[in-house]
Parts: sequence; structure tokens; C-alpha cells
Amino acid sequence: MTESNKAGAGVKLEGLLFSYPGGAEMHFDLSISASDRVALMGPSGSGKSTLLNLIAGFELPSAGRVMIDGRDVTGSPPHHRPVSMIFQENNLFAHLTVGQNVGLGRSPSLRLSAQDRAAVTDALARTGLGGKEKRLPNELSGGERQRVALARVLVRERPVLLLDEPFASLGPALRDEMLDLIAGLSDEQAMTILMATHDPGDAERLSGTLVFVEEGRIADFGRTQAFLSGWESPAFNSYLGARTGSR
Amino acid sequence: MTAFRAQRGRLAAGGAALAGIGLLLGGAFLGLAWEAAASWEGALAAFDGYLLRVTRFTLWQAGLSTILSVGPAILVARALARHPRFWGREFILQLFAVPLALPAIVAALGVLALYGRSGYFAPLFAATSGDMWPGIYGLSGILIAHVFFNLPLATRLCLASLETIPADQWRLSAQLGMGAFASFRFIEWPVLRASLPGIAGLVFMLCATSFTIVLTLGGGPGATTLEVAIYQALRFDFDPARAIALTLVQVALTGTIVLALARLGASTMGDASLPVASRRALFPGAGEKVLNTTLILLALLFVAGPMLATVVAGLAADLVRLAGERPVHQATLTSFILASLAAVLCLMVSGALIMTRRALELARGARIPGFLERMSDSGAAMVLIVPPIVIGAGWFILLLHFGDVFAFAPAMVVAVNAVMAMPFAVRVIRPAYDAASARHEKLCLALGISGWNRFRLVDWPALRRPAAVGFAFAMALSLGDLGVIALFGSDDVRTLPYLLLQRMGSYRTADAAGIALFLAILCLGLMFIAGRLGKSRT
Repeated sequence: MTESNKAGAGVKLEGLLFSYPGGAEMHFDLSISASDRVALMGPSGSGKSTLLNLIAGFELPSAGRVMIDGRDVTGSPPHHRPVSMIFQENNLFAHLTVGQNVGLGRSPSLRLSAQDRAAVTDALARTGLGGKEKRLPNELSGGERQRVALARVLVRERPVLLLDEPFASLGPALRDEMLDLIAGLSDEQAMTILMATHDPGDAERLSGTLVFVEEGRIADFGRTQAFLSGWESPAFNSYLGARTGSR
Repeated sequence: MTAFRAQRGRLAAGGAALAGIGLLLGGAFLGLAWEAAASWEGALAAFDGYLLRVTRFTLWQAGLSTILSVGPAILVARALARHPRFWGREFILQLFAVPLALPAIVAALGVLALYGRSGYFAPLFAATSGDMWPGIYGLSGILIAHVFFNLPLATRLCLASLETIPADQWRLSAQLGMGAFASFRFIEWPVLRASLPGIAGLVFMLCATSFTIVLTLGGGPGATTLEVAIYQALRFDFDPARAIALTLVQVALTGTIVLALARLGASTMGDASLPVASRRALFPGAGEKVLNTTLILLALLFVAGPMLATVVAGLAADLVRLAGERPVHQATLTSFILASLAAVLCLMVSGALIMTRRALELARGARIPGFLERMSDSGAAMVLIVPPIVIGAGWFILLLHFGDVFAFAPAMVVAVNAVMAMPFAVRVIRPAYDAASARHEKLCLALGISGWNRFRLVDWPALRRPAAVGFAFAMALSLGDLGVIALFGSDDVRTLPYLLLQRMGSYRTADAAGIALFLAILCLGLMFIAGRLGKSRT
């Protein structure tokens, strides 16, 4: 079940069509190379989360293919895809301890072998949560809760990590700390990362590639540095400008 | 305190409303106390084996009904939650709201038309057992009818609590590959566990105070509850002393349950507002799909069965003759007049309490709520402790001292039904009033608009729609009620449910079925209007 893939996995969306009931049709074509770290940026409602949900398998496209690591996973249920995801909140089950929440990453019925338990302890130590295995989520700070989610990602050992605005509710210093932690830990497993975010600072800190999503399609695609320097895309500049103006 | 002066009108209204409720309850207790003082030996002697048996049966059937309703409801709600999109789901949820709006006597008749001795299923049961089908009177009938009412209610309440699970958690469970059992254990059960005590408590309460079902399907010393025993003591045995003993036990019992429910923080009204199912990533396996489909279909058949039987049996009746009968005309007219008056009174009392509560809240600022405010707040819920039959019984005994009891029937029916519908009306109207007040209060003070002008120009436009909802709701409740009228009804004052009961009593089953269909259409029509008005409000 836990296929360890230290080589990373490419993600390819081919002519993906999707629409919510009564909504406009979205169209995604995208190719991300293995072990790349990608920031998804764009206005609210542009389709960033939908794009992640399509890759994770929470939504099914009406046409097109989702390829991960060269394999067609378009029809696969979420748990058969080589993907982990961290949401903005609700990543943890409030009635389960930190250790159990991480352990679910190894066995969805919490039947853990000694090896699994060791992996859980190790992952907690690496995310700075050593000794908090028996705590309940409501005894943790917001940053610590997201670390638990990250620890679960580590024990799952899936080559692709999707992040849906995971740190929107954290303060700036904490966000930077978390981003560095993710960068360091994902390196060990050579994970491919896609992160939806509104914050250019987050994109700059974590990603090498930036995908600009607008009105349900990929409006632009390139080096994060080039985008943020302001030379790459006028549409992206106006999105950033509108943001700073509204602050 | 100019602000306080401006509130004087609203305070007076609330005071009057509370005084009215107090008079209604006080009169009932006065009647009981009077009789108890006069014949306390008789009342004491009534604490006998019979009382014990009746009390035990009341609790026993309520407990069984609760288990049989809530247990399956968990499974059905889970099945519905695991399949947020399928053809007919919306219809099933709508259908599950119908029993709540259906008069109990109509449901009892529907159950009899299906499972009774000469019901539609009788030949089938007789063929399988090889014997005459004895019908489902007694405990089995009571249980089936109670489950018919409460399984859909509990399903909707369980589903409402399952709907509070964040979409992310369903996604997480899909990504982690949780099967049906793991997802029940980690996701669904924790949410259900929190709301189950409240749901089970509510169902137990409804079954322990159920009157009409037990009256029509139970009966006999073996299957009588406290409420029905009170009714029999007054109407048949004419034994007020025994009625007092029964009433005391009943009030103690419901008081305990209501207090326990309040401790649990449970809703005592049993309404589930179901949001449109969110987009949920769920991937149940083939085995689970089959199981869930079976569960939903079985529940659907069980709930729809008596409704269909009501319609079929009703249409088979001689509707043309019934429509021409004078007693039917009279009962319809009486029902409409009494129900309208009850609904008007209900709105007046509820409105007065709502305004008073708000005025007191504004006047006190951040201080702790005073006695009057708390009364006008929870006073509405207080009435649930005293079942209509108990209020009716108290007044029945009191009015015995003042001539013909049955002459007071209209006043009693209107007053008791109005007060019983009050909790529901308050819940519909209060949010709208409080919201409007929050917007307009300062402006009204600044412009000096108060009293009747304020009500006419500022409050009423905001309240028109919720008031209409409350009116339709109160009227439907009152139209279908067979509580007080069972005690006070006579050939002179008959409502439709009372006429229905009479026809059942004289074995004119076809007539009863026709009237039941008519009554069901009236009540569901009103509820439908209330639902429509309530929905387009936003």
C-alpha cells in the first residue's frame, strides 16, 4: 500500500473539463515535472482549489485525463492515487490523539504494526512534535495542528503533496517556519508539491514554478522569480496590484 | 430612563401574555388542588397497582419506541449521508418531514388501514401464518405508529448532525482509504454520539406523552398510558380522584424529561433544518451501496405505507355522501373557527412575549437577565412540561363546579391549542423581530416612533411573513389536535378529529377513512403554505 517513491512523480492534466452544477466550464491543461515545487495563484473562485481537488480525485472531470507518474488515474478513487493533501483546516479528527491522527496515514482502521508506530514517532519528532503523541488536537496551537497534518503526509510517503492554502490562518513568522519545514522534509522524499496560495511571499519562499489560474483556466505558467519581478505577466501584476490595493 | 418609558407598551403586552398563560396553567392546578383537598383520601387510594401498571407501561412503550425509532434512524441517516446525490433523495427527505405535520389520528388510521385486522396486509399475514390475522391493536400497534412518526424525525435529526461534518473530513477519509466501518468509527459516530442523547430524549418525550395514538391503537388495561388513563378516568369512570393521582405522576414524569432534555441542551421541538447536501467526495464500495439502498428503500416503504393506505382508504370511502352530511359540515366549520382563533391567540401571545423579551434585553444592557425576561424567554418552553391533557383535566375538574363542562369546550380548545403552538410560533417570529429591532431601535428612539405607530410602520412589515408562517403552523397543529377536544367534545361541539374518533368508535371505518383523508389534506396544505412562505422569506 505504501509504495515509497524517492524519485518524485510528474503530474499532467490533459484537456481536463469540469464544471459545478450551474457554473461555467473550467478547462485545465498542465504539465508539472517530477519533484518540482509549484505555487498556484489566482483570484478567489478562479479554480485553484478545484484544480487540486481534481488531482486528488475529490472531483471527477467530465472529459480529459489526470496522469500522475505516467499513470492514468482519472477514474481512481482518492486513496488509490499517489497523492496527499493538506487543507486549510479540519485536517485532524478532534476526538483522536495526535499519534492516532498520524497513524491513520498508515492504516485507515488504525491497525498499526510496530514498524508503523516507529514511523509515526519518527515523523512527529521530525515535525517538532516529539512527546506530544498523546495530546488531543484542541490542546495544540494552529501551527502545531498543521504540523500534525504534515507528519501524516510523511508517514504516507506519497510522491505528490497538494496544499490548499494551508497556512492562511497562521501569522507571518509561523508561515515561513512551516514553509521551510515543508521544503526540507519534502526534499527527503523528493516530493512534487502543488500549493494554492494568495500570498506572493509564500510562493517565493517555497516554489520554483508559478501557475496563474484565472476564470477556470491556466492563464500563465513560468518561473516564480520571473512572475514576482513583474516582467512576466500583466494579468498577474494586476492581480497582485488589486490585492495590495484592497489591503 | 426615557428608554425604559418607551418600552412600557411592550412590557405591558408581555405581562398580559404571561398572566394569560399563568391563568391557564393556574386554573388547571386550582381545579386539581380543589378536588384533591375535597377527596384527598380517594386520590391517595388511587396510588395503587393500576397506577403502577399504567406508569410502567407508559415508560416501557416509550423506551421501546425510542430504541426502534432511533436505532434504524442512525443507519438510514448514515446511508443518506453517504449518498449525497441520487435521484429521489430530495423527495425522500420531504416525505420524511410529512409525519411531523400529519395529525396523529390520521396516522393511527393509516396504520390500521394497512396492518389492522381488516387492513390491506391482513390477507397476506393470514396466508403466511395460516391463521386469522388478529390486527395490531395494543403494544404492537402503538410501537408501529410511534416508529412511523419518530423514525423519519430521528433520521432527519441524525442527518442534520452528520451534515455538520466538514467537507474536508470526508475528503480526508476518502484519501486515507477508510472503508464504511472505519469512516463510521472515526467520522460519523463521534458526531452522532454528541447529538444522540438529545434526539433519543426528544423521541422518548414525544412517545411518553403521546395521547391520540395510544387512545386509538392501545386501550384496555394492558396498553394504557398515563394520559389515556386520565382521559378514561374523567370521561368514562368519572373518577376525578384517580385523575389527580395520574396527573401528578404525569407532570412529575414530563417535568423530569424536559429538565433532562434542557440539561442535554437538546431541542424540544424536533425540527431539523437540512442544508442542501454539500459536494462531498464519497466513494462507497459495491457492498455498502447495496446495503444502503436496501436500508433507504425499507425506511421509505415503512414511512410511505400508512400514508398511501390513508389515501387509498380515503378515496374508497363514500366521499360524495360524506361531503353532503351535516355533521361533517358542522365539524369542518367548527374546526376552522376554533383553529383560526387559536392561531390568532397564539400569534398575539407569542408576539407579546417576543417584544417583551427584546425590550427587557435592551433595557438591561449588559446586566444579567431579570426574572421577567427569563420568563418571557423560556416561558414558551415551560408549557411543554404540562401536557394539554393535564391542563384539560384540571379545568375539566374545576369547571364541574360551574355547571355544564361541555359548554366551555370552544374556549378550552382555543386557549390550550394556542399555548401549545406557542413554542413553534416563537421560534419562527423571534429571529425576524430581533433582527428588525437591532436595525431600527435607535432610529425609532431618535424619531420618537413608538407604541402602535411603531408596530404599524416599523415592526409589522418585517413580521408579516414570519407571522403568516406561524399562523399557518399553529392552525395546522390545532386543526389536527385531538387532546382537549377528546375531553370536552360533545355532539354540540365537534371538531373534525373528534368526529373522526366518533366514527371509528362506532365502527364506521369507511367514513373515518374519508374524513381522515380530508383532514390530512387540510393540515398538509397549511404546512405546505407555511413552508413556502418560510422559504421565500430569505
